[in-house]
Amino acid sequence: MSKVYKNASDALAGLTFDGMTVMSGGFGLCGIAENLIAALRDTKVKDITCISNNAGVDGFGLGQLLETRQIKKMISSYVGENKEFERQFLGGELELEFNPQGTLAERIRAGGAGIPGFYVKTGVGTAIAEGKPTRDFDGEDYIMETGLKADLSIIKAWKGDAQGNLIFNSTARNFNAPMATAGKVTVVEVDEIVPVGSLDPNHIHTPGIFVQRIIEAKCEKRIENRTVREKTT
Amino acid sequence: MSWTRDQMAARAAQELQDGYYVNLGIGIPTLVANHIPDGVDVTLQSENGMLGMGPFPFEGEENPDLINAGKQTITTLPKSSFFDSATSFAMIRGGHIDLSILGAMEVAENGDIANWMIPGKMVKGMGGAMDLVAGVKRCIALFDHTNKRGESKFLKACTLPLTGQNCISMVITDLGVFTRDEGQKRFRMLELAPDVTLDEVKSKTEADVVWD
Repeated sequence: MSKVYKNASDALAGLTFDGMTVMSGGFGLCGIAENLIAALRDTKVKDITCISNNAGVDGFGLGQLLETRQIKKMISSYVGENKEFERQFLGGELELEFNPQGTLAERIRAGGAGIPGFYVKTGVGTAIAEGKPTRDFDGEDYIMETGLKADLSIIKAWKGDAQGNLIFNSTARNFNAPMATAGKVTVVEVDEIVPVGSLDPNHIHTPGIFVQRIIEAKCEKRIENRTVREKTT
Repeated sequence: MSWTRDQMAARAAQELQDGYYVNLGIGIPTLVANHIPDGVDVTLQSENGMLGMGPFPFEGEENPDLINAGKQTITTLPKSSFFDSATSFAMIRGGHIDLSILGAMEVAENGDIANWMIPGKMVKGMGGAMDLVAGVKRCIALFDHTNKRGESKFLKACTLPLTGQNCISMVITDLGVFTRDEGQKRFRMLELAPDVTLDEVKSKTEADVVWD
């Protein structure tokens, strides 16, 4: 059965509802599902709880969903690049839950792997530990964190096939791979859909079982912090 | 003369050892990459999912899919590898990274560090800082000894919300270097920047440090 859909809005049809939880892949603007984010905005669903390492920039990436006030709560590790975010948060219009980046990644991995809770050293003795059960292992304190799941994961990959097998490009893999496992439904946009059988099974990063829908779509791939070096002769 | 940011980074680079896997924080720690001693093979980890971080690309060769944790465009090296965020923090939390060099707002004499939030100001988030200080084998804090008002940032106890407890084993500031080896409670002064006097450092240090 082919998992290929025509376009982003087609691929989200029937999956969205008010108050839903969405995982959105990417690190900064690297490896975000630009077309699916835009399509989610166009559905006009509201009160979204959005799990994403960052919150995009003004007017781009998740910044688009902030502008339209569709996000009720963000679960993130770093949100420094977005003025509209800051305005809504300081105005009390937006809830925010900070997670250490590794804890966020592991909560997503655990959620996808059927692990409801686990213990980490990260954040012991800090504000992050408040209200969380602690336990001593071999004389050291650890805090309990819980697995995360989402109604929908929207992720970005480099190449994929009609079975949903995926390969990511460079550092655009980031949160996309774990999020693919933690969505009740995972929709992926790829730079290129390739024929089934053309990806080497040894090199597949995300097996198709984690992917329900796939589209091929062009991305702008905006660079947040373009940094170059001088050519020396 | 106290050390410049570049000289602080150069001093921190002397702590690198051949074969080390190292994570460098944003800001002054990033400069450490420019001072890796000759003959020392160090592999830089970027927590967004890369080992073997290469230099910035030449103009026109930027790849939007290839960035570091500061969201700067970078390049690969022959030894590079890519991985997802959960695997990246398995390296960090799991104690596989040898050294983390990070900036700080405050460090306390017991090795506590605060570098992620100032109450009352917009909080951007801790990113990977809490995972790094909790999991990396050895953490060096690199920061200016005093704030803009001349007050010590090397304190008896942190006043800002903590990033991690009892995790900093070396402090490098513009005035000198302080170490706290495993099992030791307090930091010991190791060296001073050129022409910085002991009296000056003492007067600018709130932490109870072993000075001899």
